[in-house]
Amino acid sequence: MHRPAAPEYGDIQALARFGHGGLKEARFLLLAIVDAVRACEWIRGASVNSAEWSESPPQTALQIAISAEGLRELGVCDDLIEQFSDEFIVGMSADSNRSRRLGDVADNAPDQWAWGGSADAVPHLLLMLYAKTDQLTTWSENVLDQCFGEAFKIIADLDTTDNDSIEPFGFTDGISQPDIDWGREQSTDLHQRDRFSNLLSLGELLLGYPNEYGQYTERPLIDPASDPQSLLLPTAEEQPHLRDLGRNGSYLVMRQLHQDVPAFWKFMDQQAQGDHEKREQLASSMVGRQRDGTPLVERVVQPIEGIKTSGKQAVLNQFNFDNDPHGQQCPVGSHIRRSNPRTGDFPPGVTGLLSRLVRIFGFGRKHPGDDLIASTRFHRLLRRGRAYGEQLSEEEALKPEVQQVERGLHFICLVANISRQFEFVQNAWSMGAKFGGIQNETDPLLGNRQPLSNGASTNHFSQPDADGPAHCTHGMPQFVTVQGGAYFFMPGIRALRYMASFSNARGRAES
Amino acid sequence: MTPQSTFMIVAKIAAGQLEQLRTLLEAMNSEPGELDPHNRGFPFTRFDRLHVARFLILETLVAEQDVFSFPEVPPRLVFLGDCDGPSDTFIAEMAVLAGPQLRSVFSHCEPFPAEHESLVNWLQARNIKPSANYINWLGRTVTQIREEEALHQALSTQLERIVNDVGRDNPRAIRQQLLSFVEQEKAAARLSLTPSLSTPIGWWLKNLVHKLGVPLILLTLSPIFLLFSPYLIYRLRSLEKSDPEAVSRPPREHIQRLSQREDHDVTNPFSAYGEVKPQPFRRYAVRLFLWLLDYASIHVYNRGHLTRVQTIHFARWVMMDNNQRLLFASNYDGSLESYMDDFINKVAWGLNLVFSNGAGYPSTRWLIKAGAEREQKFKHFLRRRQLPTQVWYKAYPGKTAFDLARNSRIREGVEIRQDNDDEIRQWLAEIQV
Repeated sequence: MHRPAAPEYGDIQALARFGHGGLKEARFLLLAIVDAVRACEWIRGASVNSAEWSESPPQTALQIAISAEGLRELGVCDDLIEQFSDEFIVGMSADSNRSRRLGDVADNAPDQWAWGGSADAVPHLLLMLYAKTDQLTTWSENVLDQCFGEAFKIIADLDTTDNDSIEPFGFTDGISQPDIDWGREQSTDLHQRDRFSNLLSLGELLLGYPNEYGQYTERPLIDPASDPQSLLLPTAEEQPHLRDLGRNGSYLVMRQLHQDVPAFWKFMDQQAQGDHEKREQLASSMVGRQRDGTPLVERVVQPIEGIKTSGKQAVLNQFNFDNDPHGQQCPVGSHIRRSNPRTGDFPPGVTGLLSRLVRIFGFGRKHPGDDLIASTRFHRLLRRGRAYGEQLSEEEALKPEVQQVERGLHFICLVANISRQFEFVQNAWSMGAKFGGIQNETDPLLGNRQPLSNGASTNHFSQPDADGPAHCTHGMPQFVTVQGGAYFFMPGIRALRYMASFSNARGRAES
Repeated sequence: MTPQSTFMIVAKIAAGQLEQLRTLLEAMNSEPGELDPHNRGFPFTRFDRLHVARFLILETLVAEQDVFSFPEVPPRLVFLGDCDGPSDTFIAEMAVLAGPQLRSVFSHCEPFPAEHESLVNWLQARNIKPSANYINWLGRTVTQIREEEALHQALSTQLERIVNDVGRDNPRAIRQQLLSFVEQEKAAARLSLTPSLSTPIGWWLKNLVHKLGVPLILLTLSPIFLLFSPYLIYRLRSLEKSDPEAVSRPPREHIQRLSQREDHDVTNPFSAYGEVKPQPFRRYAVRLFLWLLDYASIHVYNRGHLTRVQTIHFARWVMMDNNQRLLFASNYDGSLESYMDDFINKVAWGLNLVFSNGAGYPSTRWLIKAGAEREQKFKHFLRRRQLPTQVWYKAYPGKTAFDLARNSRIREGVEIRQDNDDEIRQWLAEIQV
């Protein structure tokens, strides 16, 4: 079998490959299109950074993502938009059933959001500007030129803080990321992925490539006979007679998550009755890592695919939960275990054909909760968020007079399938009150603390103990509130140009 | 042990009555997907033997011109549920305790149960047996579930108090205190743990005959299968290559209508309905696999899991219209997305065996390969075939199958005392503090 061609880095937006970690300043602009012709003109001229590797890292960067509404405004025809996924077309906030699944109810409900909360308030464009320290202002001025001013209205201008990878509660963030199989060397055979692997098929990040099931995710394909302009676009890999509008693009999920840091530390302190060490222990237990990122379970000896075996990554990331099935070291309900349970296609202990068969038929479970959680590899997110607001230390947070200010995380993740990746993780894992067999609790950090249908409360957090009875924390307030959100598509660079080609002469001629 | 049983009453909806019936059923909900327990349409909560039940309008919502081949049937009303003990006495009980309500619902059907006619007979005559039926835990009654939940709740409060008093160091002492607490509560009639009844002898005998008979039949028939296998394999492969698929994305309004009724409880109902492929090979294959599945459910998978899947409370597969159509109805924990993923990742082979005989299913290879493993197409297929469940009742909202199994283990620890400290600790760890 011939090896598939390397991905066209020049056509992929840089954010898919690099987190722009060296560019400490970032600003996210949510835009409404006021003049589609000017908007198209501006987009076509925008110098969007590509994923091409360069010896000298860039001083600034610009990435663009567009919502379904935005595509419509740009004049992309409905036939094409309809070939994107339903979640993208409907949007994050427009369907109350989706909101219920995502936990966006009560204080998280879209009608309370600062932006994106209703169908007519969905931003058309998301502009992500990055720059080296002290260069963002100049870079912004450069990007937001006169044409920009005529084309767009700024709905929200979201600042970020250079937090040195510490999220607002004070924990090191962004440690665990899936590794992407850019070289497309990994087999997608469903029968070779028994154990947890951190290496993901390219198709879990970008459209137009095989995903973890070895399948091509649905995306808009165009017959160039009917639209010669589409010859600009890459060819659809599995249907070479068609052009692929999705190829090299990702869905981008954005959520503004307000973090109530004073409430968080005050609650920990109250539970620990003022004991510093206990407070720290409880908070780490909820996160699943210590402040510096050290996981609560021991490092595993056997290397994990897609995780480096030396250096910082090995120390912080070379682990799974196979040796802690009951969560006595790292609670099953902790944040990192919910977000990435590190399970393989089979529970641990499958070694040969026989043990495999026994497991396939559902036997050989070692304890009642064994094999409850689905294969992790189908539900991974590439996170690209940034913190915002002034940082507040634990000590300051505990002062009685502390002021409540805007701070939290502009959560951004890139996926190829919104429902199977982002929505699944959010619904089944983060908000799942029965995740992994636990009893009526949601994510200790993200949970909205809403009761179940039988009235049972979910504001608990339990830490299993080898001694028997678990340690349970009750009456947890909500620490994180959703204040905005939308689904975008971050197209490949050629696709971006194509999308911006409608409202000019061509679009006019048709209408 | 009191084995559970099923009922499924099917009646043709009278011409022009569909919308009225829909309105009547909808009035049983406080909002779509959420049953009003005090509704006046049907008093589900009055029946202590009833686990889950649903009213479902059986109609083809997403038509498949290219793959459906049988003449259409008018919409039908289905009332199905799972109960403790034999279903015929349960049906009779419903006719007595909810006669007027049932008459009012079924008055939208034809023929219609007339005033002078016996409702029981009318219902019994329309009761259809499933080809395969799955019960998460054979013999676990509603009473048992409720008593065990109450036990867990009581132990929960008590354990918290004990741990605060004496700490966690001595599991035996903690258990002793808990057990004497249970004795007190039982004596004061605040808790009861009713012992299970003896298994009905008729059921036991029939079960035994089934248990031994099916393998015997299979053994006898295996030489014939072997003899014909080259032809069967040839036939299978050629069908797999030529059967049409119906796997494009379902209309958004259809998805909207379905998801409106989903994720109100930790458990969801799932109803799907479609044609079986027309070839005799397929129609025999589906019956054979359902027959085997039914056997496996009764005799092998009757303790909390169906192969690797631990999230199904009850499920049934019903052949209808002279084996032309199949109805699948289940009650599962979690959202549909997680249910489908669980199935695809854990038992794609099992899904393929049965559902690949359904018209439009994503094509399989060698009967068990591909099919459901083609994830997106499979999900579209399932959604296309799914029907909104108009009214759905579950006797224990907020509880997953895993919760129920845990409660049973907790009860077991009360009745059969473990000797070893580790086991006692494990038992204590299951109680929510």
